[in-house]
Amino acid sequence: MGSTPTVGKSARLQGVATIALMALSLALVFFYAPLEAEQGFLQKIFYVHVPLAIISLVAFVLAGLLAVQYLRTRDAVWDMRAWVMIDLALAFAVAALVCGSIWAKGSWGHWWVWNEPTLVSFLIVILFYAVYRPLRAAVEDRERQAAYASVYAIVGAVFVPLNFLAVRFSSAYLHPRVLGASSQLPGPMALTFLVCLAADALLFATMFRYEMSLRRLRAMVRALRRRREAARAAAALTEQRRSAA
Amino acid sequence: MRRSVAALLRKDLRVELRTLAVLPGMVLFSISIFVLMHFALNRSSVEGDLAAGILWVALLFAALLGANRLFVADADQGGFDGFLLAPVPRSALLVAKVTTMLAFLAAVEVVAVPAFALLLLAPPLWPGLGWLVLVLALGDVGVALIVTLVAALAVRTRARDLFGPLIALPLLLPIVIGGARASSPLLSFGHVSTPAARWLAMLTLYDLILGLIAFALFDFLLEE
Repeated sequence: MGSTPTVGKSARLQGVATIALMALSLALVFFYAPLEAEQGFLQKIFYVHVPLAIISLVAFVLAGLLAVQYLRTRDAVWDMRAWVMIDLALAFAVAALVCGSIWAKGSWGHWWVWNEPTLVSFLIVILFYAVYRPLRAAVEDRERQAAYASVYAIVGAVFVPLNFLAVRFSSAYLHPRVLGASSQLPGPMALTFLVCLAADALLFATMFRYEMSLRRLRAMVRALRRRREAARAAAALTEQRRSAA
Repeated sequence: MRRSVAALLRKDLRVELRTLAVLPGMVLFSISIFVLMHFALNRSSVEGDLAAGILWVALLFAALLGANRLFVADADQGGFDGFLLAPVPRSALLVAKVTTMLAFLAAVEVVAVPAFALLLLAPPLWPGLGWLVLVLALGDVGVALIVTLVAALAVRTRARDLFGPLIALPLLLPIVIGGARASSPLLSFGHVSTPAARWLAMLTLYDLILGLIAFALFDFLLEE
């Protein structure tokens, strides 16, 4: 399975860069970005919530592309990438949902607001992808598991944007949004937002890299254990034969 | 292709007609939900949004119940193996199963919709019936595509009865939104307004996209 599976120097460097960029983004959020006129300090959760949401959705769609790649090449590494991508995207989506709920409580007084389509769509997407892992566990044959999981990931990648459109359609009215497009934001806010987006994207990439190498490492350990057990069994067999002879 | 679809469809419908293992269950289930809703909501009649919601939820649950059995005979008794050995395109099975499911849904609705009108619906059913049939038909296509694809995915896993509904329900959500919103004005008092075009458009679009996905991905669920 590819090159050295351990976490090398460049990965460690990437980890340090991630921490630095995260720290910078938080510093910008608290000390540089101006207070929003209407919501005041509360609006700052936007710099956490929206990047998490964007990245998790992009990752769900990317996972679908990785799954397509698996079905084309039948190389197990693509399936593993799609799997890790979905696991991480699910974690990001849950984080985005929790932030969104907190924001809703702060600005509208309720933890849950059905009129906020983004929040509702996230719940549905999470409900859908929450079954991905149990489904994998329920299929024993490795190749069939990968094929089923790929079909699942592709259906999900198509479903995620459609679901957002459908839920948005269904809301009778939309709450005025803090953010329509980042272009409407005043300069310092837009800059802070973009840095936050970059920091979270880097965080995702770093976690992806570490998780991939962790799983490769685990697979190698398992293979080595099997080899050791096979060698022991063979040694025991020869010993037995020698003593019998 | 057409002949193999026809042969598969004949087989499925004949099996159902001889065993009556699925269809009566689906019908009874939907009627039970109407009874359940009467007591759960403590209402003797409903209209508008509430009526549309009860009708769609009952139909969806009946569809999920039927979908759980859709591939069981093929998986357990060698139907898949026989099909894979035959020199026919694999999408034939998808088309046949979706058509079977559509036939089941139509049969359920022929009984369940009048039963709903009799048991729970306050306004008369007639004025909006034409539109309601169209909305149900558009919704059924999407429901049949989703539950067939998901049933094919779930049937050869452990705990298949659990995974089918769990995967299908989120995917069915856009159909519930479109279907329930479109049928709500048809189940209300007063002059029947035509359903808003955007719900019909949404259902049609979702059906088309689902059809393309199912057609593209179904083959991968059959390999062995």
